[in-house]
Amino acid sequence: MLHNKTIAELSADLHAGEYSSEHLTRIFLARIEQFNPQLNALVTVTAEQALADARVADARLKAGTAGPLTGIPLVQKDIFCTKGVKTSCGSRMLDNFIAPYDATTVAKLRDAGMVMVGKANMDEFAMGSSNETSFYGPVKNPWDTAAVPGGSSGGSAAAVAARLAPVATGTDTGGSIRQPAALCGITGIKPTYGRVSRYGMIAFASSLDQGGPMARTAEDCALVLRAMSGFDERDSTSVDMPVPDYRATLNDSIQGLKIGLPKEYFGEGLDAQVAQVIDDAIKQYRALGAEVVEISLPNTQLAVPTYYVVAPAECSSNLSRFDGVRFGYRCENPHDLLDLYKRSRGEGFGPEVKRRIMIGTYALSAGYYDAYYIKAQQLRRLISDDFIQAFKQVDVIMGPTSPTVAFNIGEKVADPVTMYLSDIYTIAVNLAGLPGMSIPAGFVGKRPVGLQLIGNYFAEARLLNVAHKYQQATDWHGRVPPGLE
Amino acid sequence: MEWEVVIGLEIHAQLATRTKIFSGAATAYGAAPNTQACAVDLGLPGVLPVLNGEVTRMAVKFGLATGARIAPRSVFARKNYFYPDLPKGYQISQYELPIVGQGKIQIELDDGTTKTIGITRAHLEEDAGKSLHEDFHDLTGIDLNRAGTPLLEIVSEPDMRSAKEAVAYMKKIHSLVRYLEICDGNMQEGSFRCDANVSVRPKGREKFGTRAEIKNINSFRFVEKAINYEVERQIELLESGGTVVQETRLYDADKDETRSMRSKEEAFDYRYFPDPDLLPLDVDDAFIAEVRSTLPELPDEKRERFIYEYGLTPYDASVLTASRELADFFEAVEKASDGEAKQSANWVMGDLSASLNKANLEITNSPVTAQMLGGMIQRIADDTISGKIAKEVFEAMWNGEGDADAIIEKKGLKQVTDTGAIEQAIDAVIANNPKQLEQYRGGQEKLFGFFVGQVMKATQGKANPALLNELLKKKLSS
Repeated sequence: MLHNKTIAELSADLHAGEYSSEHLTRIFLARIEQFNPQLNALVTVTAEQALADARVADARLKAGTAGPLTGIPLVQKDIFCTKGVKTSCGSRMLDNFIAPYDATTVAKLRDAGMVMVGKANMDEFAMGSSNETSFYGPVKNPWDTAAVPGGSSGGSAAAVAARLAPVATGTDTGGSIRQPAALCGITGIKPTYGRVSRYGMIAFASSLDQGGPMARTAEDCALVLRAMSGFDERDSTSVDMPVPDYRATLNDSIQGLKIGLPKEYFGEGLDAQVAQVIDDAIKQYRALGAEVVEISLPNTQLAVPTYYVVAPAECSSNLSRFDGVRFGYRCENPHDLLDLYKRSRGEGFGPEVKRRIMIGTYALSAGYYDAYYIKAQQLRRLISDDFIQAFKQVDVIMGPTSPTVAFNIGEKVADPVTMYLSDIYTIAVNLAGLPGMSIPAGFVGKRPVGLQLIGNYFAEARLLNVAHKYQQATDWHGRVPPGLE
Repeated sequence: MEWEVVIGLEIHAQLATRTKIFSGAATAYGAAPNTQACAVDLGLPGVLPVLNGEVTRMAVKFGLATGARIAPRSVFARKNYFYPDLPKGYQISQYELPIVGQGKIQIELDDGTTKTIGITRAHLEEDAGKSLHEDFHDLTGIDLNRAGTPLLEIVSEPDMRSAKEAVAYMKKIHSLVRYLEICDGNMQEGSFRCDANVSVRPKGREKFGTRAEIKNINSFRFVEKAINYEVERQIELLESGGTVVQETRLYDADKDETRSMRSKEEAFDYRYFPDPDLLPLDVDDAFIAEVRSTLPELPDEKRERFIYEYGLTPYDASVLTASRELADFFEAVEKASDGEAKQSANWVMGDLSASLNKANLEITNSPVTAQMLGGMIQRIADDTISGKIAKEVFEAMWNGEGDADAIIEKKGLKQVTDTGAIEQAIDAVIANNPKQLEQYRGGQEKLFGFFVGQVMKATQGKANPALLNELLKKKLSS
């Protein structure tokens, strides 16, 4: 079953000439055709282009100029601009938007020889934790179609879990890679802020957004993250630091690794059964030779309120360009400029996006700016300092990615605050700009549980190494959703 | 009641970079609409700004030239508002932390005194595009070529007390930015424009009156007219018992009036916040020192030097240093004339400037080069030609007939300094005009001029005037 192989395995086969990239691509395209109507994980399928790209990859494989990712199928989250292909960001606003250029990440992965088979559904403008805010309808969790896949990279997570592609890109502003990875039982990494270029990634909250890979194993994430990363002169916030060979250090020893468990991540609000799965995972790490210490991140409870000032403030400004003038949705027969603005934005954006634009506009308004935006920036510093202190004691911080397993579709739609709290363990990592990961650690009933790993700045190699060691000792990441074997 | 006028200016100087402040698109003026707007300028989803380092250098140059403190760290902020020619829905500008802090500049007033005008700050920002309302029948055309063009906004203190002072200040800044080669100063193309904050208060009162801001004035003449109109309007309003409201007004040059654009209540809340897409702009001492070493001689220094080195009057020195091109031209003429500074100044400010004005040419496009003019002045100085003949030579040079020596040669304009030849001509004139001679000798001394004219006529104007005077005097009284 080729679709159950990892990138590492597929790549070895392609290089050995066991089968062609075109053959492999056709297998995944067939699975997309078979399962996507039910899952709604992809909003665009680029079959023709994929097959053409696969044939180019095959030529490279034959010519001996192929790399480790050449010919491997890939799904791009629909937040990344793809030249000549619709880039909707899950919104009616961009339902008609054909990007005229490639995002840096898209270009890098294409240059590495990857074959894009389609674009993943997502919460509208990446605002959501359940994929229910998408203009294209909710994505179903492959493990249980009554459940959400998480969000905002829910389509990416579901596509990888359902074996519609071996890997997908995601973006993470407050947990949008890690939380859906956890809820769909896959592996995802959000790198350090600045590690992956944001050019061509449609901005939600610029100071928090970061792209990263979502795959089934840490090893696959290592391969794809290396290709995605690096300085980009078109992104002033990208960092000019060499990109390590993440795969080379996957098997480094974790004997004596110091794991910190923040007591704030195991308190009220954490589902008892999820807590049990996390405890078991930590036991496994002990068995692998790690030391575990309890630590404190005292400002944890401030992360959600801080985030819900910073992110909406930035998004209220970032989304101003969607005004119906140059691209995107424009209302019918506007009778004047104000009407054009009001109706194009009123009709083009969904309710969650409007809610955040309003919150952000309010937070930046004269008279409120100091009390909200400035205060939030101060708290952001406190939250970062918690981590900086913690990393003086420990190598990696671990805990649950999400307080619960996947909830039911429709369960939290009416209560945004409850929805926001599902990101309670992931948000602080974005505020601090740190790398974070989620790996499969077990199940509660049919639904997967994710273990979160948080590393120090630019410690992606260490995180992937720590995750890989766990995956060598366990098989949670190898489980296949029922009916999708 | 006697009123005092208080004026502050916000000048927008377009920085003369080849590419835009946050993108690689060209800034050249006059291209077909939307041909110089790349993905970043269009504000497409996903694009990001990257600062053009050249603008930092230019802003620092300006700061150093006005004695301002350069901020070691300045921050780009977003100024949020909706307008069709503002593609992102926000303008990237500097708000709380501008790159150039408090500075100052001296202006010369009509009575010959100088006055120091404070500069509050200068900050970097991007320009918006243009909305075109003509030619689109009920629709608006958007041209985004200008979107993202770098601007330096120079904010003055409310230190000016008349429209004339405001114009003098604006001219001084205009001259400075061109000296520094950071702005082409082209006002027709909008490269240099200003907003004026105008208020009046009873003379002697300390508290400022309520101000009105007049937007987007793009000529020195309009600044003067707009301010004068606005001052009159405010005084009339106050004297008839009304109050001035804080508002933004627009100057209509056709009607020569200002009219209300929006009131304070309608003013936008721009919701400024630091742009998360750009890092803070750090400028270190080494960079400042490097920029300082590239600073040219500034207008005030040059003016002082012209007075001291060339012995020019303060007025002449001011006129000649008003632009770097004019000053450079003068110095080249002076050099070519072998040190005839006063003559050089007179010719540059006189005949040459008049001819350039008439032909609507810039000094840099003068058909008479500095070499040619200096060469001609040498011929005046060495008595080859007289000042009067020089006007003829100048005109011939202007018309492209060659340099002074060639023209003098070709036209036989060389001054006659041969005593014998002049005496011969004098004798003939005296012989032919016995009646005038008798009258002259009878006491009508003003007839001397008549004889000079006759001799000049006889020598086709080539007689050396000093020699002619001397010889004629002698002959007439002998």
